[in-house]
Amino acid sequence: MPFGNTHNNFKLNYTVDDEYPDLSKHNNHMAKVLTKEVYGKLRDKQTPSGYTLDDVIQTGIDNPGHPFIMTVGCVAGDEESYEVFKDLLDPVISDRHGGYKPTDKHKTDLNFENLKGGDDLDPNYVLSSRVRTGRSIKGYTLPPHNSRGERRAIEKLSIEALTSLDGEFKGKYYPLKSMTDAEQEQLINDHFLFDKPVSPLLTCAGMARDWPDARGIWHNDNKTFLVWVNEEDHLRVISMQKGGNMREVFRRFCVGLQKIEEIFKKHNHGFMWNEHLGYILTCPSNLGTGLRGGVHVKLPKLSTHPKFEEILTRLRLQKRGTGGVDTASVGGVFDISNADRLGSSEVDQVQLVVDGVKLMVEMEKKLEKGEAIDSMIPAQK
Amino acid sequence: MSNSFRRLVSGRNTMALLASLGAGTMAGGLLLHDNSSLAAETKTKLYPPSADFPDLRKHNNCMASALTPAVYAKLRDKLTPNNWTLDQCIQTGVDNPGHPFIKTVGCVAGDEESYEVFAELFDPVIKDRHNGYNPRTMTHPTDLDASKITNGVFDDNYVLSSRVRTGRSIRGLSLPPACSRAERREVERVVVTALAGLKGELTGRYYSLGDMTEKEQQQLIDDHFLFDKPVSPLLTCAFMARDWPDARGIWHNNEKTFLIWVNEEDHTRVISMEKGGNMKRVFERFCSGLKQVEHLIQERGWEFMWNERLGYILTCPSNLGTGLRAGVHVRLPKLSKDPRFSKILDNLRLQKRGTGGVDTAATGDTFDISNLDRLGKSEVELVQLVVDGVNYLIECEKKLEKGQDIKVPAPLVQFKK
Repeated sequence: MPFGNTHNNFKLNYTVDDEYPDLSKHNNHMAKVLTKEVYGKLRDKQTPSGYTLDDVIQTGIDNPGHPFIMTVGCVAGDEESYEVFKDLLDPVISDRHGGYKPTDKHKTDLNFENLKGGDDLDPNYVLSSRVRTGRSIKGYTLPPHNSRGERRAIEKLSIEALTSLDGEFKGKYYPLKSMTDAEQEQLINDHFLFDKPVSPLLTCAGMARDWPDARGIWHNDNKTFLVWVNEEDHLRVISMQKGGNMREVFRRFCVGLQKIEEIFKKHNHGFMWNEHLGYILTCPSNLGTGLRGGVHVKLPKLSTHPKFEEILTRLRLQKRGTGGVDTASVGGVFDISNADRLGSSEVDQVQLVVDGVKLMVEMEKKLEKGEAIDSMIPAQK
Repeated sequence: MSNSFRRLVSGRNTMALLASLGAGTMAGGLLLHDNSSLAAETKTKLYPPSADFPDLRKHNNCMASALTPAVYAKLRDKLTPNNWTLDQCIQTGVDNPGHPFIKTVGCVAGDEESYEVFAELFDPVIKDRHNGYNPRTMTHPTDLDASKITNGVFDDNYVLSSRVRTGRSIRGLSLPPACSRAERREVERVVVTALAGLKGELTGRYYSLGDMTEKEQQQLIDDHFLFDKPVSPLLTCAFMARDWPDARGIWHNNEKTFLIWVNEEDHTRVISMEKGGNMKRVFERFCSGLKQVEHLIQERGWEFMWNERLGYILTCPSNLGTGLRAGVHVRLPKLSKDPRFSKILDNLRLQKRGTGGVDTAATGDTFDISNLDRLGKSEVELVQLVVDGVNYLIECEKKLEKGQDIKVPAPLVQFKK
């Protein structure tokens, strides 16, 4: 919370035992890492903006998790959180990102020309292609922590940057609190509108405060490039289009991102990035590239094949329903995207999606003909 | 260290002293002097209060009516001794714009001192919510002498159950929006220890929310005793559901007529209830139980938050004063259909709710009827008001049954100003 580290100094009058949360029924990354010792070590610390350990972990305490789904259970309130609370966040990051070490370096590659192929995914199967990421703006605290003044400053700067874009990126900003009913209806039909978070994972982390103040959606006139302002991250950047031309989607993604970054840099508010963690975002699960590149693809036969999950794992891909995270698939259509975020570059991750989806479509076609696909099952990537 | 600290902050005199220091007292904050205070200072300059002033144009709650940019500017950078801020008091009101017909309060206290440090907001909110009560000039009467109640036994043919509830806060510990886990656990310890000392018809048992068995849980649900994790955004946006279900629980006596909720919306909610219409006996048990609990915590050096301007201090300004809601479930099939029903209730200073409690609808012809007011009248006055009012409603119902006409009573006088 802004302007005052709420309880922190006062809480130090109580012992570690008195303050340590009861995590006995919890199943999330934070709960696995946060021993009493770690809690004791970090509880008197705060970032320069006043974010404390209890702020970091509140969402994980309030959301014990699910026996099958391992959530992260902690968030950053600012860039410095990842440094000040590294004794908690480094092991969380390692658990979540395949053993990523505190000494590892992350590679950033937004040169779309390094992507091989990706323009020929069969549109009979691949209905749409999309790449999204997040960006945080240096000099401001993150959504769990920022004050109204900061959030508004972020919005103001974002509007300036986005409305200066031209050509294929020329577009318009729609602030959530003043959009007309007609505009809202259109944005819903375009699948662009984001709503006030209802997930307790987000609300318990303080991200829905002051809704809808300083929240909004910007998109280009072509409706292929979209930016969410002040939802779960400062910016969420999305490039999408119908059909299977992931290459084009990725090109526009990279070019648009770079244009936006230049403008922010000119205002001395570049993006939060470092060579260890890549792009800094609110949730540790989105560090690195913060990139989710995916398609909506028809795989009615393959998805019922007993090896489907294994194939996805080996291809380093994950499936979701067509409503996004935590939804079910409808009519054999799946959202297939990269599972990794940290430790490989944007190009690497989109390449995995392109190659993996191509392979799975071929498998689907084989299964349609009644043929076996065992010889096609790939090795672990 | 914890014990001596507790002694330091407990006691009415110390509280009054700390609260009167008001403006920017950082008794806790002075312990650490590091980068964070510098960064906070810089931020304060970068973002003047006008940058942070919430957009309340679509809002309809008491906080939004009272919070002008000038008041915000004056109070934004102040802290209570527990480091609680104005922004934290008002967050729930910012996040819940309200309803054109229902004016919610829109702010909460994080500690006893909030009402003092942020008086420029809370005073007008209190005035708005409590019929013009002015905490600067008026005093609130406390009276828990149940023997003064007359005609307090209702006709059982109409009144199905009688209930009185209030809340109590433990002085020296932060309130549910602000409390740390340690403080919440301390509240639980203090209260549960005291309750273990109750005897006779008040002998009972504590059920911790986190540890209860499924069987115990089912029984508590069947008894209508169990409270659940708050889902109302009015409460969740005020940070009251943090760490659920840690240090929350329910205590009740073996007879199931006296019940205490620990660490829900207030430190404690105290409930006396019975089937049938013997409101007098319900209130007697209520007063006796409260006095015994108070005595038991005082034996260990604790006390309830109370002062003569605001009465009993609770989390929500709407519950200041007595914090008391005395009510019945009463069948009024004919009267409830009479177009004058609402006006009669208004004039009697009563409110109706559905039988599920606040914000529920009535089932059939049975209503929850209780007092509207909390502050400015004593417990005895309010319970007598409910007694007289419900008796009047039953008279009306009986008249209508016989085909006779009823009268709308004259409006009751507010508290003496």
